[in-house]
Amino acid sequence: MVSRREFLQATAAAAAIAAASGLGPLGRAAAQQKLAQSDILRFDPLGTLTILHVTDIHAQLMPLHFREPSINLGVGPARGQPPHLVDAEFRAHFKIAAGSADAFALTSDDFVALAKTYGRMGGLDRVATLVKAVRAERGDDKVLLLDGGDTWQGSWSSLQTKGQDMVDVMSALKTDAMVGHWEFTLGAERVKEIAESAPFAFLAQNIRDREWNEPVFPPRKVFEKGGVKVAVIGQALPRTAIANPRWMFPDWEFGIREEEIQKQVDEARAEGAAAVVLLSHNGFDVDKKLASRVKGLDIILTAHTHDAMPGLIRVGDTVLVGSGSHGKFVSRLDIAIKDGKLADIRFKLMPVFSDAIAPDADMAALISKVRAPYAADLAKEIGRTDSLLYRRGNFNGTFDDLICEAMLEQRDAEIALSPGFRWGGTLLPGDAITWEAITNATAMTYPNCYRNEMTGAQLKEILEDVADNIFHPDPYFQGGGDMVRIGGMGYAIDVGKPMGSRISGLTHLKSGQPIDAARKYVVAGWASVNEGTQGPPIWDVVRNHVAARKTVSIRPNDAVKVSGA
Amino acid sequence: MPFQIAGLTRRSTLTAGALAAFASLLGSRLAFADEKAVMAEIKKLYGDKPLGEGKIKLDVPEIAENGLVVPVNVEVESPMTEADYVKAVHIYADGNPQPGIVSYSFTPACGKASAATRMRLAQTQNIVCVAEMSNGALHMAKANVKVTIGGCGG
Repeated sequence: MVSRREFLQATAAAAAIAAASGLGPLGRAAAQQKLAQSDILRFDPLGTLTILHVTDIHAQLMPLHFREPSINLGVGPARGQPPHLVDAEFRAHFKIAAGSADAFALTSDDFVALAKTYGRMGGLDRVATLVKAVRAERGDDKVLLLDGGDTWQGSWSSLQTKGQDMVDVMSALKTDAMVGHWEFTLGAERVKEIAESAPFAFLAQNIRDREWNEPVFPPRKVFEKGGVKVAVIGQALPRTAIANPRWMFPDWEFGIREEEIQKQVDEARAEGAAAVVLLSHNGFDVDKKLASRVKGLDIILTAHTHDAMPGLIRVGDTVLVGSGSHGKFVSRLDIAIKDGKLADIRFKLMPVFSDAIAPDADMAALISKVRAPYAADLAKEIGRTDSLLYRRGNFNGTFDDLICEAMLEQRDAEIALSPGFRWGGTLLPGDAITWEAITNATAMTYPNCYRNEMTGAQLKEILEDVADNIFHPDPYFQGGGDMVRIGGMGYAIDVGKPMGSRISGLTHLKSGQPIDAARKYVVAGWASVNEGTQGPPIWDVVRNHVAARKTVSIRPNDAVKVSGA
Repeated sequence: MPFQIAGLTRRSTLTAGALAAFASLLGSRLAFADEKAVMAEIKKLYGDKPLGEGKIKLDVPEIAENGLVVPVNVEVESPMTEADYVKAVHIYADGNPQPGIVSYSFTPACGKASAATRMRLAQTQNIVCVAEMSNGALHMAKANVKVTIGGCGG
């Protein structure tokens, strides 16, 4: 077994100095200290090269709330290791004080109270302020801005413009290179069209055309910054053709293609690259395994799994960076090169507190412009929520509970299935549910809400299959997001068991009866990867439900019993 | 290039997408082969000769992107001289109704013993590759390919 030495490099100013000392509610007030823009930007510079990394923005141009998961289980070698730590364990590992700004940004407990203190995060006009400040400090010729993908999908305006709003904004941000995953759900032609005309490089070493096995996109690009040659190798989500509709890019094949990455590294070194970076959309656990097997990668900028970590994770001679999602963070890495090799790295995960950072005026104007055609619709209040509505977590989220409830009622179904997507904002109790909030959780290119029959046996098989995509102990065999969300049915899962024996105790919640393997149930769901799926778009289903309810209350969901973690 | 000898049957069992929700492989009632059936096929050709490890590089995806056309690449280490070459390579799938996928014959003139094809896989299963060397020695390699329902990718 390759050793997985991991250590945390101390982070700079933004990380709270106080250790996680189990501050109770009384101590919390003392710990609560808002950060100023200067605190967020404070950095002791190193070397002549700076890399900035943003990822999984999911088309969120505006500041929002995004609650990090309270359940994020790791299996196999990832068990109990970062990023599979939440709340108190996460804070203890990264030395973050309860109640601090970082605790709010990075953990989930006490979210509602802390949200009121610290406000929304993200907003690409704020991100622009940080990026411009770093460029001004270091010099334009020393800074490389890299985007880990899942940038063009996740909002109503990005759906309506086929990603153009995000392309315009990311171009104005002077992004140097990006990779993709959800981008591909705009269809092969559209992605090629953007990639060929955009001012940034669209890289993917692991996408090949099916017929000739030739690369569809450039695999890497070498940049010269601060007198240093940096090679950036692009890696798209290897499981895109499984996780998303293959018919949208029928001529492409993906895969991890580890040996090809090694070739890219070796070629880049032969060309004189002093630093080699993998701009990856593999997901954290896949990248961690990959780092132990591919030699010569200095840095892996991770994505897909939305992990935000205020420290570097080291595997052998490679460091891994997790820059979060939804525009909440910008990672800064300063790199010193000595004798043509990487000698030292200094890192900071900059939290984008929207109340602390002054919006960049040019970017704010551009964002207003691209949103203008949709602004009136987006602001429309459909209803309100009494409950905290969030998405992330391995088994359920209250926003997903709302979507499942909408499908059960609007589609007159016994059971509802909603995919374990990790994107979409969080609403606080008392918030309005606007059209923007609904579409932030649903906007995508295969939204049809189907209604058909499945047997109990088929339902169990689906759960087993999806569970194996998440809890297979070898990350190279993992494929999906979080567990499929279920409305109207409960189950038990032992995540430590092998494929086919994790799921038990399927129960029809309304009747309290066990699910009958042979009986057919009426099931509603959305985001089918099958071409030609029939049904209304999910956003209309959710809108109609919220409008009918006026005020939404989601009860705590205890329908999934988890063991083996 | 190797040539493909009249093959063992390649038959698919992919049932049509039973569920609209997922690219489904569920609902099949066909009988599938198993590891024993693969070993029986090998025994038919080579009797009880021992199967060594190493020499074979079997490249299959960890997860099939499309169970209908799963790529398989195989390369066997050999100088490919008259004195020492790879005679044959057989590929089996232990979870299809018929375990035999394809057999290749090689001669020293091939230069190297490598071949690539695509196969249909009905479900998650092991791909088994057996190489017969010119001195009669046998080598075996095995890799698991997962065939999964789609969707739900975060």
